[in-house]
Amino acid sequence: MRKVAVLARRELRAYFDSPVAYIVLVVFLLLSGWLVFSTLFLLGEADLRQLFTPGLLSPALLLVILAPAITMRLVAEERKSGSLELLCSLPVSDWQVVLGKFLGALGLATVALALTLAYPLTVTWLGPLDWGGVLAGYLGLLLFSAALLAIGLACSALTSNQIVAFIAAFGISAVLYFVYWLQFFLPEWLAPAADYLALSGHLDNLARGVIDLRDVTYYLTLTAGALLLSERALARQHA
Amino acid sequence: MATPASGPVLETRGLTKRFGGTLAVNGVSFQVQRGEILGFLGPNGAGKTTTLRMATGTLRPSAGEVRVAGLDVSAAPLETRRRIGYLPENAPLYDDMQVLDFLRLAAALREVPARGRRAAISAMVSRCGLAEVLGKDIRQLSKGYRQRVGLAQAMIHDPDLLILDEPTSGLDPNQIAEIRTLIRELGREKTVILSTHILPEVQATCDRIVIIADGRLVADDTPAALAARGSGPVVRLVVRAQAGPPPGLDELRARLSAVPGVAAVLPADGEGEGSLGMRVQAAQGADPRPGLFAAVVAAGLVLLDLHRESATLEDTFRRLTLGADESEGGRHA
Ligand SMILES: Nc1ncnc2c1ncn2[C@@H]1O[C@H](COP(=O)(O)OP(=O)(O)OP(=O)(O)O)[C@@H](O)[C@H]1O
Ligand SMILES: [Mg+2]
Repeated sequence: MRKVAVLARRELRAYFDSPVAYIVLVVFLLLSGWLVFSTLFLLGEADLRQLFTPGLLSPALLLVILAPAITMRLVAEERKSGSLELLCSLPVSDWQVVLGKFLGALGLATVALALTLAYPLTVTWLGPLDWGGVLAGYLGLLLFSAALLAIGLACSALTSNQIVAFIAAFGISAVLYFVYWLQFFLPEWLAPAADYLALSGHLDNLARGVIDLRDVTYYLTLTAGALLLSERALARQHA
Repeated sequence: MATPASGPVLETRGLTKRFGGTLAVNGVSFQVQRGEILGFLGPNGAGKTTTLRMATGTLRPSAGEVRVAGLDVSAAPLETRRRIGYLPENAPLYDDMQVLDFLRLAAALREVPARGRRAAISAMVSRCGLAEVLGKDIRQLSKGYRQRVGLAQAMIHDPDLLILDEPTSGLDPNQIAEIRTLIRELGREKTVILSTHILPEVQATCDRIVIIADGRLVADDTPAALAARGSGPVVRLVVRAQAGPPPGLDELRARLSAVPGVAAVLPADGEGEGSLGMRVQAAQGADPRPGLFAAVVAAGLVLLDLHRESATLEDTFRRLTLGADESEGGRHA
């Protein structure tokens, strides 16, 4: 477990040593801030749910783009530069590598989410706030990010080309995100499957302040599945 | 790190690796004893890197097995990796990290106890001469410093076995000499496997040499024995055509090979424009010079030089590996 932490810290450090972390943080903060405060100025009331609710213009959609950008380098870059061989020769298991890289990326996403706590704090200062709902929303965004990052990591682990990793991860995530709104166009027998598989539907529930175990389980299952795939892809390196 | 078994530090048996249709490594078996420096030689594409990858457990063999200190690498991958320090070809390190941070990372991942980490790092810094570059990004380092950082990360946990894949490739002669000295010092207390195609390097540093060609082990002996190995005296000759362009290499080799008492014919440097050099290995006890002279005359060529030399490691290397790799041109003695 200590090696997982060492690896995660190294990945997080690598983000902050490059422009990636700062771009992610600035873009995410600005857009989510604008979403919250535009309603404040236009309607005279702050609607924090905007922060969590998935939509065509929402922080969640921004994460669909930012997460693959965060994860694309994780394994692909190391495979290309050859340092993956050095990593594989160290006494660390493939699982430790996968978890370390995943947690490093999740660390960056968590920092981005944590910085937006400034918005609910501003709102409480202006008036009363349903903190329960806010916490459910943040839990939702965190789980949502974890699933996206795990998908991105799996894509990065399958290639040595970062661009390919980005496009694959973005494509998969976008389909899983938008299928929620497309289910009405799907055949009746397919619609429930789409509804269940959609990344956005489960976030919608959590954004309403309802912590349903089914939604939590969905994200955790998706994350675990993608991490398992990443581990398999890494093990294939030795084949 | 203490080793319970007293047998060989590394042992491979029938090691084989297949990439799709190509057989990169084909039934390679050898042993490395404690305290030895083993030179791992072979032409480009012979399978050196592939063999070393299997030895370090980063690549799974298609057949055969590797044992490190008696432990099967595929059965106990983490335990065997703990005992090995590996420097892959071209020293692929984390370019975005500073040298000191990278060494800290290596120490942590290689399980140097937290208390001893500072001491281990400063020992590596002084041993590998890294004091001036500690705060630099690895990206900015010269190749020589990069290799030294690679060596430092490989030794930081005081491993039983050091595996270095072409540690001196791409370095200038001064840096080669420095790294070679470093490796020789290491070899006094450690077991080292060193792959290279620089022959003087192994002659100067190694106790024993394994040569592979085309994925197969073709020799396993001491440098001195290999130089003398199976070859009688060597005859060097230089010819040119009566007039016009130099004679065809392959045709001449074929003619000379047919001479009785000739064991092998290797291309060598000529003497300027239009001439062609050859090193001819004689069979044990034979003197093929009269036959060679006659063959050159019969081919209608002018003989510029014909004399005996003593056999070198390079002769043996080239004789053993030329069948697999004809691409190497002249002699670089
Ligand atoms: N991952 C791979 N996939 C397919 N073929 C490979 C792979 N790695 C090596 N090979 C092939 O296996 C053979 C041996 O390669 P290897 O890298 O082991 O040679 P080498 O002795 O290290 O050569 P060099 O001196 O150039 O480093 C080559 O023909 C190479 O093309
Ligand atoms: Mg090689």
